[in-house]
Amino acid sequence: MTFWKKECSLRQWPLDTKTQDELKALTTMCGIKLVSKRYCHHWVEFTKVAADPSIVNLGQGLPDISPPSYVKEELANVAAVDRLNQYTRGFGHPSLVKALSQVYERVCGRKIDPLTDILVTVGGYGSLFSTIQALIEEGDEVIIIEPFYDCYEPMVKMAGAKPVFIPLRNKNDGNCASSADWVLDPGELAKKFNSKTKAIILNTPHNPIGKVFTREELQVIADLCIKHDTLCISDEVYEWLVYKGKKHIKIATLPGMWERTITIGSAGKTYSVTGWKLGWSIGPQNLIKHLQVVHQNTLYTCPTPLQEALARAFWIDYKRMDDPDCYFYSLSRELESKRDRMAQLLREVGLKPVIPDGGYFMIADVSTLNVDLSDVDGNQPYDYKFVKWMIKSKKLSAIPLSAFCGPETKGQFEKYIRFCFIKEDSTLDAAEVILKNWTKQTD
Amino acid sequence: MSRPVQARRLEGVDKNIWVEFVKLAATYSTVNLGQGFPDFPPPDFLKEAFTRALSGEKHMLHQYTRAFGHPPLVKILAQLFGKLLGRELDPMTNVMVTVGAYQALFCCFQAFVDEGDEVIIIEPFFDCYEPMVKMAGGTPVFIPLRPVFSREELELIADLCVKHDALCISDEVYEWLVYDGKEHVRIASLRGMWDRTVSIGSAGKTFSVTGWKVGWTVGPNRLLQHLRTMHQNSVYHCATAAQEVVAQGFQREFERYGKPDSYFVQLPKEMQQKRDQLVQSLVAVGMKPIIPEGTYFLVADISEFKSDVPDVPNSDEPYDSRFAKWMVKNKGLAAIPLSAFYCGPHKNNYNSFIRFCFAKEEATLKAADDILQKWKLEKTTP
Repeated sequence: MTFWKKECSLRQWPLDTKTQDELKALTTMCGIKLVSKRYCHHWVEFTKVAADPSIVNLGQGLPDISPPSYVKEELANVAAVDRLNQYTRGFGHPSLVKALSQVYERVCGRKIDPLTDILVTVGGYGSLFSTIQALIEEGDEVIIIEPFYDCYEPMVKMAGAKPVFIPLRNKNDGNCASSADWVLDPGELAKKFNSKTKAIILNTPHNPIGKVFTREELQVIADLCIKHDTLCISDEVYEWLVYKGKKHIKIATLPGMWERTITIGSAGKTYSVTGWKLGWSIGPQNLIKHLQVVHQNTLYTCPTPLQEALARAFWIDYKRMDDPDCYFYSLSRELESKRDRMAQLLREVGLKPVIPDGGYFMIADVSTLNVDLSDVDGNQPYDYKFVKWMIKSKKLSAIPLSAFCGPETKGQFEKYIRFCFIKEDSTLDAAEVILKNWTKQTD
Repeated sequence: MSRPVQARRLEGVDKNIWVEFVKLAATYSTVNLGQGFPDFPPPDFLKEAFTRALSGEKHMLHQYTRAFGHPPLVKILAQLFGKLLGRELDPMTNVMVTVGAYQALFCCFQAFVDEGDEVIIIEPFFDCYEPMVKMAGGTPVFIPLRPVFSREELELIADLCVKHDALCISDEVYEWLVYDGKEHVRIASLRGMWDRTVSIGSAGKTFSVTGWKVGWTVGPNRLLQHLRTMHQNSVYHCATAAQEVVAQGFQREFERYGKPDSYFVQLPKEMQQKRDQLVQSLVAVGMKPIIPEGTYFLVADISEFKSDVPDVPNSDEPYDSRFAKWMVKNKGLAAIPLSAFYCGPHKNNYNSFIRFCFAKEEATLKAADDILQKWKLEKTTP
C-alpha cells in the first residue's frame, strides 16, 4: 500500500457526501493527509490505483532494502533481556545518548553532554514537533525553504505561527542538471527576515531535491540568523547519504551557530529502519531543556528495546568511523550506484533528472515529454496529472513535486516529480522494464 | 533575545516529579517501589512472539507501517474491545495506536481542549493530566476521588456528561488489574456515553512491557478523526515491531478470554497476592495502607514515622515529598509522595501519604519488608 502524505482540513471540502466519506475512509486506511482541497477528489483515484500491487512504487520514502544484519541481530539480542522491556530514562536511554554524544562529538568537534544536549524522540518527525512546540508560538514567523518536507508547514501553523516561504531556484536549465543548481537568492532570503522571525527550518541534505548545502550557502543563512537573532532548526536526517565529492556540513558548527541551532537526526534514515521511529535533537542545554519539557508532557519516554539496540549498533559503527566499511559511509556508496542507474534510466526515456548530491530522492522534469494530459480531468497542477497518468498507463508511481510547496510557487514546481531510489535491485529492475518500454506503449 | 526563547505554552509545565524521583531512585535506592513498572519479566508467550518476529525474514517489520496503527493490531483491538463494549468496531476509524497511553492522553487534550475550556480532573490524578490540559490552553478544575468506580458512580458521571454535553477522556490503562472479584466498568458502555468518550489503553500495563510504549484510543470516528489529525502532525507513525508483537499477544488472549490460562486472569491473581503481601508488611510496621481495589499501587499513611523527618514550617515542599526523599536516601526504599498527584493548592491536604508500587518480584517485596522491619526496630529500640 502506498502512503502519500498531504495535509488537509476534511471539513472544508466542497464535495458531495458520498465522495467525502469514501475519501475519508481511504485516507484513514492509507494514513494519508490531503493537501489542497481543490485536488482532494482526485486523490481517491490516485490512492486506489497506487494500492494495486502491479504498480512499481518509487513514491513514498520507504527503503525496501534490508537494514544491516547486525542492527537486526542487536534487536533480537535485546529482546531476550527482561529489564529492557520496562521504562527507561525519559529524555533518552542512557546507553543511546552516550553513543550519540560520542558519534556527534567526533563529527562536530565539540563536547556534547549526553544528558543535557540531547533529546531522543519518536523519529525525526518527533524532534521537529518537540522543537517547534518548545520554541515557536503565536506572533512568530518561521522561514521555510521550498520545496519542503510537508510536515513543516502544519507543525508551524499548529504552534500558532506564520510560515514564510522562500523557494530554491533552478539556475541551470541545461541537460546535466544537479541539485547543486538549485539555490537560494541571498537578497531574496534577507528580505524574508524581520524582527518577528523566530526560526528558519533548514533541511540538508534536502528532501526532495537532494541538495547538499555548501559551506558558503550555510554561511549566508548563518549570517542572517546571527544578525536577526534567529534560531535554526536543522533537519539533517539524511546526513550520511552524501555522494562522491560532496560533504555534509553541520550549520551548528559554524561560528555563532551552536547556541542557536537544534540539529535533528534519524535512526530510520541512518540505519534503514524507518519503522523503529527513533530520532534525536542535539543542541545547547538552554534550548534542549525546553524540548525536554515538551517531551515530558507529550509522550514522556521512547521505547526501551529499540533504543538499546540502536545504541549497540551505533557503538559498532563508532568504533569504525575511520574505516570505509562503517555503515555511515557504505550505505551512501550502495545508494550512489542506484542513484546513477535511476538517472540513466530516466534520461533514456527523455525525462530530465536532477542528480541529487545527497538523500535518496531524485526529481525529474517531465515537461520535456510533452505528454498529452488532456484526458486527465480536473483543474490540478501539471505534475499531479502527470503522476496520475503515469500510474495508470505506465504502472509506475512517484510523487508530484508541487505537493512540497506553498500555494504561491506551485507554478514553479509543477513540471517535476519525485522518485525514491532506496529500493532493492528487483524493484529497480521492474522500473527499468517499464522505462525501457515507455515509448513503445501507445499512450 | 529580549523575550524568553521558549514558547509560552511551556509556562508552569516544566516541573516534573518523575525526572527528580527517578534520578533519586537510580542513585540511592536498593529497593524501588516508586515508579510504576513491573520488575518481573513479561509473559513468556510475548517474549517468544518478539523473538520469533525478529528472527523471521520479514524485514518490512523494520519499516513504516500504517500511521494510525499497524493493521493486525488495530484489527484485534477492534475485535476485543468490540466484544467488551458490546458494539461493532471498525479497526480503521474507531481505534488509533499511540506511543503509550501517555501520547494518547496528549492527543486527546490537544485535539479537544482549547483556550477557555475547562477540564475536570479527579484528584489524586496521574500527574501528567494537569500540565497537558494547561499546555492545550485549558483550565483544570479539580474534585476529590475514590478508586475503582462502582457502576453507580460512573452513571453519575455519565449523566452529568450527557446533561452538559461534555466529553469523557477515560484512562483505563489498569483495566485488567482489578481485585477481590470487583468489576471494571467501562464508561463508554453506559447509556449515552459511547458517542462522547475516548477510552485509553496500554500494552505496557496489560502485558507488563512498559518499555514498549504501545497504547491506543478507542472511540467514535467523530472524535478519533481529530486524534488522527493530532497524531499525524506530532509523531505520525508508531514503531512497527512492537505493534506486531502486541497484536499477537492480544490474539492469544482473545482466544483464551475468560479461561484460567488467560494472562488477563492470571496477572490480577498474582498481583492480588503481592498487594496482600505488601499490605501485611506495612501494617506490621505501623504504616497504614489503603487497600486498593485495582491497579498495582497502594497508598499508605506514614504518620507513625513522621518523627524521623522533622517538619519544616513554611517550606515550599510538601511534607510527604521531603519524607520520600529522606526515605530513599537514608533507608534505600523508594516510593512516591502522594502530593505529586495533587494540584498545587491542594498538595498539603494529604501530605502524610506515600505511594508504593507492588508489581514487583517476590524478592523485591521481601527486601522491602526487611528494610521496613529494620526501620521499625530502630524506632522502638532506645
